Amino acid sequence: MAIVTPLKTAAEQALVQQYADAKAELPGGPAVRKLREDAFAGFEAKGLPHRRLESWRYTDLRSLLREARPLADGVKVTDAVKARLASLKLDGLRLVLVDGVFAPELSMLDAIPEGLTVQSLADALVQPREDLARVLSGPSVGADDAGLALNTALMRDGVFVEVADGVALAQPVVIVSLASAEAERAAFHRSVVLAGKGAKATIVEVSEAAGPAAQQVNGAIVFETGDESDIQHVRMITRHQAASVEVQSLLVTVGAHAKFDSFALVCNAGTVRQQHFVRFAGEHTEIGLRGINLINKAQHSDVTLVVDHAVPHGTSRELYKTIAGGEATGVFQGKVVVRPHAQKTDGGMKSNALLLNEGAAMFNKPELEIFADDVVCGHGATVAQIDSEQLFYLMARGLPRAQAEALVLQAFAGEAAEFIGDEAIRELVMGEVEAWLKAREAAAEVSTV
Amino acid sequence: MAAVQETIDQVKSIDVTEYKYGFVTDIEVDKPAKGLSEDTVRYISARKNEPEWMLEWRLDAFRRWKTMTEPTWSRVNYPPINYQDIYYYAAPKKGASPKSLDEVDPAILETYKKLGIPLSEQEILAGVAPENRVAVDAVFDSVSVVTTFKKELAQAGVIFCSISDAIQEHPELVKKYLATVVPVTDNYFATLNCAVFTDGSFVYIPKGVRCPMELSTYFRINEQNTGQFERTLIIADEGSYVSYLEGCTAPKRDENQLHAAVVELIALDDAEIKYSTVQNWYPGDSEGKGGIYNFVTKRGDCRGKNSKISWTQVETGSAITWKYPSCILRGDGSRGEFYSIAVSNGAQQVDSGTKMIHLGKNTTSKIIAKGIAAGKSDSTYRGMVSAHRKATGARNFTNCDSLLIGDQCGAHTIPYIEAKTATAIFEHEATTSKIGEDQMFYCQQRGLSEEEAVALIVNGFVKEVLQQLPMEFAVEAQKLITISLEGSVG
Repeated sequence: MAIVTPLKTAAEQALVQQYADAKAELPGGPAVRKLREDAFAGFEAKGLPHRRLESWRYTDLRSLLREARPLADGVKVTDAVKARLASLKLDGLRLVLVDGVFAPELSMLDAIPEGLTVQSLADALVQPREDLARVLSGPSVGADDAGLALNTALMRDGVFVEVADGVALAQPVVIVSLASAEAERAAFHRSVVLAGKGAKATIVEVSEAAGPAAQQVNGAIVFETGDESDIQHVRMITRHQAASVEVQSLLVTVGAHAKFDSFALVCNAGTVRQQHFVRFAGEHTEIGLRGINLINKAQHSDVTLVVDHAVPHGTSRELYKTIAGGEATGVFQGKVVVRPHAQKTDGGMKSNALLLNEGAAMFNKPELEIFADDVVCGHGATVAQIDSEQLFYLMARGLPRAQAEALVLQAFAGEAAEFIGDEAIRELVMGEVEAWLKAREAAAEVSTV
Repeated sequence: MAAVQETIDQVKSIDVTEYKYGFVTDIEVDKPAKGLSEDTVRYISARKNEPEWMLEWRLDAFRRWKTMTEPTWSRVNYPPINYQDIYYYAAPKKGASPKSLDEVDPAILETYKKLGIPLSEQEILAGVAPENRVAVDAVFDSVSVVTTFKKELAQAGVIFCSISDAIQEHPELVKKYLATVVPVTDNYFATLNCAVFTDGSFVYIPKGVRCPMELSTYFRINEQNTGQFERTLIIADEGSYVSYLEGCTAPKRDENQLHAAVVELIALDDAEIKYSTVQNWYPGDSEGKGGIYNFVTKRGDCRGKNSKISWTQVETGSAITWKYPSCILRGDGSRGEFYSIAVSNGAQQVDSGTKMIHLGKNTTSKIIAKGIAAGKSDSTYRGMVSAHRKATGARNFTNCDSLLIGDQCGAHTIPYIEAKTATAIFEHEATTSKIGEDQMFYCQQRGLSEEEAVALIVNGFVKEVLQQLPMEFAVEAQKLITISLEGSVG
């Protein structure tokens, strides 16, 4: 058979050009440069991920990304950005990225407590750190992902956070990534969180657009956490234009006797692809990945995760709740891998989806790949409608239909947010959920199935 | 003390560490030169005295096949197959196309007797209640040697014969239905099958008829270096019912043999087809030498409204299994079911599952898949449940559980659940675990040996599926499972 050489799409060609133009200016020493070159060579060979690639089966980036927007050039602190920052109701140590570039003047660099170091990724990349390439790469299970490769090649900035051994941060570190969004631009950023032995911290990531233009965002965050550490990660992707495309990679390596929890909320965004690559590096560790996806209109939310039980005695839990209305599409692809000898693994994965009306769709692919025998692993996946009996119960007590639905949906979604340890953050998340439901109620939208 | 003796016998019969059906029957066969070309296809067609349209159809498929590449997405590993090193046709010389049992080579009859499948109607009738009779189509290498109870079935209007006979005698039915469920170009192995299929069974149940007995086909590969390419086509016309059983075995050999079958089921309005398989091809030795490559395409089409197709399979044999018996739920209110037990031991590899494609309104489906992996084997459940936009009210329940015995085997679950209509209700659950220490302790406390305890627990694990099998099959299957897991404990 003839070997097929795929034609490059306009977006792929543009990305090749962008990389050629930008690579001299992109930060990093020789090791980082090599990392970028290798990653881009991989991208150039394979192109944008498409539906024939198993891990991108339901999110065809090749057809979604018709054009590659120009790379964002520098920090644009517009009034809208300032206003958005001012209205952000979240206490914590704020670190701000604007259009993917660290903005020290908007960040609380003077409030950094002892045991915490913060620098921009651009600064970190040029430092002679031996472990830099390893730290940036994250667990091997994500190594051949095309979305991540593009981020590796083009990452411009981000924050590089280190929490020293034994330090428990009193307040969360809040990484706000705002797009000025006055014009259609693309931003590639990556942040790194290194947590030492016994460190305890909450890291919040907020991704929003302040302006009216659709953005292309390719972000990544790397966690490498030490033994006995306890790290909580909360991500909120909201307030993006319908035509925006966002790819977010979460790369996690966790030490022994540690705890790592991640939660992500997606609402009022365009096309969002989150991909989590998580690896157990030490025994007796608990990892939880959870999320809520609220989608309507033509929105698309994809959560694809790989949990790699590389060592024995690991516990993992995944719980994702999707509510889809309009013409929206929800995707959940979860894969739990239990390596040979990773005995006593306990894995539980669940994806629940409610479809509100004809036109909405949900694709579930919960996978188990198990090579050890002394394990307890399970997964469940459901797709259904709002339970008519629950609605009847509430309406029989006098609640109007729209309100009854909102109540049922809130309870359905809320289950995944219960695990957020920080009360203020949990309330903020549920506040967003309630606002989304209120908007639906106000528009007198009711489920038609 | 009859009961004690029975127990001893049973334990003895279980204590076979060898594959029970691994013997070879020494008979003269007729076969063309090895290899695959248009000439091979012409040879097969000529030997079967096929009409011109059938030959053309085969040649078209063959030409298509040459442009295709072997699929690699399944979780199985095997060295590349040399398609030129296989005999594509092997038929016993003596008594080709026998008119009655007397013309069949006694060696073949003896073989089937040894396999526990008596072919003489008198023998079948001895001591069997009429309602428990089973009509058998016996396929030996590339040809059907005999079909029993043909006459009695004909009285009910049921056509049960080899597909070669059907092509001669009922061309209109074959033309109308062949390859309408599994298209010629469906996949690499199905296309190959279209080009070189040799025999298989054909069943047509007319309108409103409940088939008076179970129908069954027994496939036996005997010759060395041959591939078996069988083709089965079952049509249940409006309001009819049929239960069909399929069994298969092969001799023990060091070489791998290819078995690429296509099975098509068509259920029209209100019809029901129940298809049961006990697959016991030679699995190869514990190191993975020899055994059958079982690359099979099975698909049922619930074409009519309120029709039902149910697949039940017990998979214990084959070095590699690659098979996904599926249901296309096209008719409104149609129902698909899939019950499966896949047992793998030694170096066996199983990649099996089902597809439930919901197209009609208010269609329902149920999947119960139990995988048991022992030794160094790998067992994968791969399944898809999808609802088309117009398949309103689609309903599915899926349960797939895996049991691991030993720390060198693997069990994997890859389900695809796709709802394109908001009125679908899909539930999916899967678990993987090993036999609980507390369960073992409890059984052993009460005096069961370790092996007996495992057998008991495994039996409980697969019971839900075994219950779906016709009675005689269920007993056989239960024994098979125990034998397959032989040597996996300790």
